[in-house]
Amino acid sequence: MAHAAFMESPRDRELGAGVYNEKLGIWVFLGSEVMFFTALIGSYIILRFANPGAFAAPGEVLNIGLTAVNTFLLICSSVTMVKAFAAVHDGDQRQLKLYLVATVLMGAAFVGVQIYEYAHLLHDGFGPGGIREGSHLAERAAAGELSLGTPDPATAGIYGSTFFTMTGFHGFHVTMGVICMTYVTIKAFRGKYSATDHRGVEVIGLYWHFVDLVWIILFTIVYLI
Amino acid sequence: MTSDTHEIKHPSYWTIWAILAVLTAAELGVAFLPWPKRVVVLILVGMAVWKALLVALYFMHLRFEKGRMRIFAIAPLPLTVIIVIAVLTEFVW
Repeated sequence: MAHAAFMESPRDRELGAGVYNEKLGIWVFLGSEVMFFTALIGSYIILRFANPGAFAAPGEVLNIGLTAVNTFLLICSSVTMVKAFAAVHDGDQRQLKLYLVATVLMGAAFVGVQIYEYAHLLHDGFGPGGIREGSHLAERAAAGELSLGTPDPATAGIYGSTFFTMTGFHGFHVTMGVICMTYVTIKAFRGKYSATDHRGVEVIGLYWHFVDLVWIILFTIVYLI
Repeated sequence: MTSDTHEIKHPSYWTIWAILAVLTAAELGVAFLPWPKRVVVLILVGMAVWKALLVALYFMHLRFEKGRMRIFAIAPLPLTVIIVIAVLTEFVW
């Protein structure tokens, strides 16, 4: 009996939690990611409550218009991702490939826009250490254009470090998602997914939607509040 | 290998996409309303949570998943509540 059991393909084993292993795995991973981003966002909330004067008002330092377009881009990539899943679930290989390519391109565009935003902020003088002395932003702050409180060396770096930490880690997650999605797309073009077996598409989809979900929260609390 | 045995229903994804897009545009408007800061923050956070729920329920299919999968998704959320409560009790608005 043991020999027969050994011969049994691991993938045909009885489903434990009622879902296949890869899906169980990604959900457990996403559970840990919720804790990870909760810690970052929780810290940001605590620091912001404790030092309201260390944070500029919406739109003064960060580019809301550009980021709103980027948010819309990520929302669009989320819908193309779920359309790709629906397509393979219904056996439509052509739409699967089409939507996966669209998702990869929009994800990569999101990362590109974020790199452009960072370059622009650093050029203006806003970095992980806060507002750089002698920079354009420092002049604006000195002229009273920014609603920052009186400069305090102890809290000067909070705004920059929280911003770059949260958006940086999210950008890293998006980048990893684009890389993994590219791999899934290549497999899709090789016909590896079918209506009865498309676990890779579903798993990367769950991850991608989670990344979109985190950005929805970050966009609001970092840029709009 | 069979995929999940339960039947995945496909809601109108484009409708949900339109709602998300409209909510994002609305957020941009609300952010600059000349209302008390606390009110604006509550509205914005409410809209963000609404959008996040739409993504979780319909794009991540939690709406159609079995109970056990929903538990996986919900399990870490108490940590979020604990941190927010810790913040609120630590600092008076």
